[in-house]
Amino acid sequence: MHASTEFGYNSKIEGDAIHTRVDAALNWFRKNSLWPMPMGLACCAIELMATGASRFDISRFGMEVMRFSPRQSDVMIVAGTVTYKMALAVKRIYDQMAEPKWVIAMGACASTGGMYRSYAVLQGVDNIIPVDVYVAGCPPRPEALLDALIKLQGKVAREPVVKELVITSRKKALSVPEKPVEAPPALA
Amino acid sequence: MSALDQANQLIAQFGDLFSAPTEFRGEVTLVVDDPERIAEVCAFAKKSLGFDYLVDISSVDNYGDDPRWTVVYELYGISHAQYLRLKTNVSEEKSELPTVTAVWRTADWHEREIYDMMGIRFRGHPDLRRILMWEGYPYFPLRKDFPLAGKPSEMPDVAFSKPAPIEGGPFVAAPGGKDAIEREPRVRTPED
Repeated sequence: MHASTEFGYNSKIEGDAIHTRVDAALNWFRKNSLWPMPMGLACCAIELMATGASRFDISRFGMEVMRFSPRQSDVMIVAGTVTYKMALAVKRIYDQMAEPKWVIAMGACASTGGMYRSYAVLQGVDNIIPVDVYVAGCPPRPEALLDALIKLQGKVAREPVVKELVITSRKKALSVPEKPVEAPPALA
Repeated sequence: MSALDQANQLIAQFGDLFSAPTEFRGEVTLVVDDPERIAEVCAFAKKSLGFDYLVDISSVDNYGDDPRWTVVYELYGISHAQYLRLKTNVSEEKSELPTVTAVWRTADWHEREIYDMMGIRFRGHPDLRRILMWEGYPYFPLRKDFPLAGKPSEMPDVAFSKPAPIEGGPFVAAPGGKDAIEREPRVRTPED
């Protein structure tokens, strides 16, 4: 027997029950169906389209369902130069996304303003919305974007879901800073 | 008929409105002395000289000189394949000249861009709004006295802007340098 199957579910041994933590299970569901929302603003969007095309096969990671509606998406990929004229539109679309939601800043412009040290360009999309993963490159190759999405999966897998849900449901103003929760044991 | 001949026809029609045409590398330039008559000149160039295509309108900020603005019209005739460049100078106090949208409809967006970036107004324009920056942006960013980094502004629910961190820049590349260290983008003053 392979070493990796020791972590897997074996119905002959364990019967119909799987023991896990709610956090781990919810995170597992979430991270394997990240629906991206393309926020294509400049040439990075071309690489984003390449990522979604057949050669790079984004569906290997469960992220192939690109939705152009913020209501149906989990992760906004800000691909390109965010001008001040576009900035509040990007923020508005982010605000329309349902929780839980994440943001990837793809490329130098979305991360920092890039080469545009200019009157017209927002110096990094993190000035208006929280960013989870930054991707270097001008533009980044599709492999880099896939790597960012896989890193984001790693981040999603470590989130304290239950704690956050409890806090939200009780509508408590949280004064205690959250401690990062240890990574759950791998399920698959 | 060459562009020079056509320029001379314009001079024959409008007389002392022009100084002599200048030619540089086959490109003919005419300076229209009175910006108030630019629309009239353009209408004649289109109707009688066949310049049916307005390639571009651009503007120059001669910061520190008077008159401050130069507006440049690039004309082309598809039937005779000749270019003609018309220039006219506009003072800063006036900052206004007649529109040529009645001659070429494509002038609409060109003139809006000049208004947006330089703040030169075009009298008679059907829709003189900003085209690149948002409504309510208070500056004209292509003017020479506007800082490269930009200025802070706030237009609630529309847009905001902040000065960009220049960090000692702007950094300029020198293509003629003998090695990569000399060629790479660095702070360069005009004396270097």
